[in-house]
Amino acid sequence: MTNKMKLTQLTEMLQELNIESLEGVTIEGDIELNISGGGGLNPALAYALGHEISQISLHMANIGRMLGFPAEQLFASAFGMAGMQEPQAPSLGTTPGIQELLASKFEVAKMNNWNNPIQEVTLGATSADGGSRKNTVTIGGENALPYYFDAAMPHRNYVTMDVFDMPIGMAKAVKSNYDDVINDPAEWAKKVVREFNADMVTIHLISTDPLIKDTSAKDAAKVVEDVLQAVKVPIVIGGSGNPEKDPEVLEKAAEVAAGERVLLASASLNLDYERIARAAVEHGHVVLSWTQLEINAQKELNRKLMKQCKVPRDSIVMDPTTAALGYGLDYAYTNMERIRLAGLMGDDELTFPMSSGTTNAWGARESWMVSSPLSQDSDWGPREYRGPIWEIITGLALSLAGNDMFMMMHPTSVQVLKEITQTLYGSIEAEELDISNWIGAEV
Amino acid sequence: MKINSPLEAYKYLPGTNCTVCGEQTCMAFAAHLIDRSRKLSECTPMLEEKFSKKLEQLQGLLAPEIREVEIGVGERTVKIGGDDVLYRHKLTFFNQTAFAYDVWDTMDDKELVERVKKIQDFKKFYVGNFLTVDMVAVRSTSNDPKKFASAVKKVIETTDMPLVLCSFNPEVLKAGLEVAKDKNPLLYAANKDNWQQVAALALEYDVPVTLFAPNDLDLLKSLAKTFAEMGTEKLVLDPGTFPSGKQFRQTFNNFIKVRRAGIDGDREIAYPLMAVPLMAWMVHDDPVSASYWETVIASVFTIKYGDIMILHSTEPYAMLPELHIRDTIYTDPRKPVTVDPGMYKIGSPTKDSPVFVTTNFALTYYTVESDISSNKIDCFLWAIDTDGIGVEAAVAGGQLTAAKIKKGIEESGFDMKTDTSHNTIILPGLAARLQGDVEDETGSKILIGPADSGRIPGWLEKNWPPKK
Ligand code: B12
Ligand code: SF4
Repeated sequence: MTNKMKLTQLTEMLQELNIESLEGVTIEGDIELNISGGGGLNPALAYALGHEISQISLHMANIGRMLGFPAEQLFASAFGMAGMQEPQAPSLGTTPGIQELLASKFEVAKMNNWNNPIQEVTLGATSADGGSRKNTVTIGGENALPYYFDAAMPHRNYVTMDVFDMPIGMAKAVKSNYDDVINDPAEWAKKVVREFNADMVTIHLISTDPLIKDTSAKDAAKVVEDVLQAVKVPIVIGGSGNPEKDPEVLEKAAEVAAGERVLLASASLNLDYERIARAAVEHGHVVLSWTQLEINAQKELNRKLMKQCKVPRDSIVMDPTTAALGYGLDYAYTNMERIRLAGLMGDDELTFPMSSGTTNAWGARESWMVSSPLSQDSDWGPREYRGPIWEIITGLALSLAGNDMFMMMHPTSVQVLKEITQTLYGSIEAEELDISNWIGAEV
Repeated sequence: MKINSPLEAYKYLPGTNCTVCGEQTCMAFAAHLIDRSRKLSECTPMLEEKFSKKLEQLQGLLAPEIREVEIGVGERTVKIGGDDVLYRHKLTFFNQTAFAYDVWDTMDDKELVERVKKIQDFKKFYVGNFLTVDMVAVRSTSNDPKKFASAVKKVIETTDMPLVLCSFNPEVLKAGLEVAKDKNPLLYAANKDNWQQVAALALEYDVPVTLFAPNDLDLLKSLAKTFAEMGTEKLVLDPGTFPSGKQFRQTFNNFIKVRRAGIDGDREIAYPLMAVPLMAWMVHDDPVSASYWETVIASVFTIKYGDIMILHSTEPYAMLPELHIRDTIYTDPRKPVTVDPGMYKIGSPTKDSPVFVTTNFALTYYTVESDISSNKIDCFLWAIDTDGIGVEAAVAGGQLTAAKIKKGIEESGFDMKTDTSHNTIILPGLAARLQGDVEDETGSKILIGPADSGRIPGWLEKNWPPKK
């Protein structure tokens, strides 16, 4: 027979016993431990659940020993020192003939046609390089698909968080984080860096759109200066998306940000990309080369930026367009994957790091609608949780396709995306877990 | 697949162009064998005695690199594996990742039945179909054969979804198998300690079995080789899903390595892979964090080569993105997703009913159609032939124009003046800029609907019937 005991009860019990050395061990939640009828506990499970809990199991074993239970025996199994097998019932047959596992060695080849490294691009400039940023961000440099064992990935992924130069319509779950700063881009920028751990800030000058407020390029440039003052991280400057106005707006912005090595977003085939490229070259910035889900268009624009506009290779980042989960992510994912593979295999027109407008995920109705418009659908659950995960999974899929940098909006999304991409990258330390007996865990 | 050109397959076919398979020529049929849209068994002349040798050879050449494994019986049978490529654009991925949600044998009956029903009934409409999940994994947390058998029995009584029977104790597995022996369940799992007994069970009951070797690819391969030698290739490989830190990175690379080796032709390891995102619950106590992390792990291994997975969270905010990322990755990139252009009647429209215009891109059409029909709105809906492009991209790319809309309406034999009482056409909000042109072309009154069709019901309340 096994009795179930909650960890919280266990700690209480231990406290009652005045076990001093347990102090400082915090246990969260209500994981249940199996306490076997004999009075010992199942340290194998406890060990599998992690270090803190294994410490408790140690103490339990000590108590057990004091009380005269055969603790050693229990422990042996937890550390794999003795067979964990239950005694086998005789009714279970074994296959005659093979008594020992056939020896076999696993081998796999590294890719032999990934010979062309992705271009490294540095954003931001410190005082040593004529800027005023406290740090810079370098992306690119890969020799393999992201996180693959074939070759170490030189730089982690980075997140730049969106700031707008005027209040805009946003999903409720997003907006509630920015209510206090929505009228002040500089404060907004500070908030995303200080509170939400943004690596960079994107200032979107959307009010410059003639159909919105038609803010002049000069006034918009002041906002850029404010943001540069407010934060010390590298920044991205976005226009309104209006093809007539953007070249002028970005030109002026590039001028006031001279030397800061900002990312100018964006040059595209449907506007005067040459003006934007020239402004970038002149003032030492990087150009975002944006095309819409089309690999050949991406090649064409990159070629034009390099050949016609003389943008150096280390000053181009691509945005091949992000479509949200459920709304064209299949195109966006495969487009990026093909671009990255082509780059690694030697297509010099595609060997640039990539950026994703991950915020687009908030356009998917699943991320913002209160509930499904369809009565046949199962309940969609609370949208407060649905929205951020929509942004996370959209970004995560693209990170696996080779995307380097993410433009994002929701603080939770940013936090989780950073956690998962850095875990894959290999920079997140965690307690080692033994999963060899996971089936029995009470989750 | 060992061959990649139609010519190589053609050599083995009868070459008579008899058209029994439905293709005009053997060459055309060969091309479809290579793109895997047709099956060799559809060329019935090949079944003749004189072709038996060629048939066998060709079958061998056409077999997918990664073996296919079937779990369950009847209509809900799940097929996993069967892939030939590492990147979906190279062909397509076959047999989408099977999602198994867990129950455990220390649950009380009522709770268990409710959970199974919830898993079975979960659905989300998308592009003309419902996205659903596939399987139930029964975990033995009691380690008691009787309890396990009774839980498995309850599950079988509640659903005909395929099962995964989970225990490392062969006795427990046997007890479950006794109850589920007609259901072709997947056994989980053989490991380095119990493999002999579990192999005996898999062979005796003739069921697929999972091999579990956490972070030990040599052992995994040894197990696979040994099981194949003993007489079963109905294998699923679990290299262990470590949920956090550097161990997770290692797990990720294990999946990449095993799949790459399999596609590269190492038959000994070319089996479907299992991931266990449920492990997220080992490192997160709070249910929201655990569900989020589980969804993240599930997404990583849906994209990178997981063929089947065991999951725990049944929160909609976990299941919805899981279902969608699976659909994203397994949609055949070669197929244009369109509906036939034309006029569709939704409900029972009359002369007074609204007339909506949309595109024949399946995602667009079905989204709009379901928004309308689920709200019981009777109307006419035109799917204009935009070559399968959605509204915004079609307006930008010139596939949705006033002339196209006029042509679409005329070809459906519908007359705005006599078949409606209002002579009014409603355009999608994202096609607003076509308003003037469409008015000129058709002579009808044009209204601009909302940008998202989910808002049509509210919009109609304010704008319909149109003011004279
Ligand atoms: C996927 C996609 C593509 C795919 C299209 C695949 C396909 N089969 O449609 C591909 C890669 C081919 C593509 C190409 C292009 N695209 Co594109 N694409 C997208 C993307 C990412 C998603 C579009 C989508 O599928 N939406 C989902 C469907 C369901 O939406 P929908 O059809 O609009 O339907 C909704 C509403 O319109 C409404 N609705 C529909 N019908 C009706 C009817 C009524 C009566 C009402 C009331 C409402 C209603 O409800 C629906 C559900 O919400 C968007 C960006 C984005 N994130 O939105 C860009 C986008 C649409 N593309 C754009 C462009 C410019 C192009 C190209 C011209 C790019 C280029 N330079 O090559 C080409 C054109 C190709 C062509 N037409 O031949 C632009 C359009 C800009 C504009 N407003 O003019 C967008 C917005 C990107 C951007 N931000 O610039 N694209
Ligand atoms: S049925 Fe076979 S022999 Fe006849 S045309 Fe088709 S492929 Fe050729």
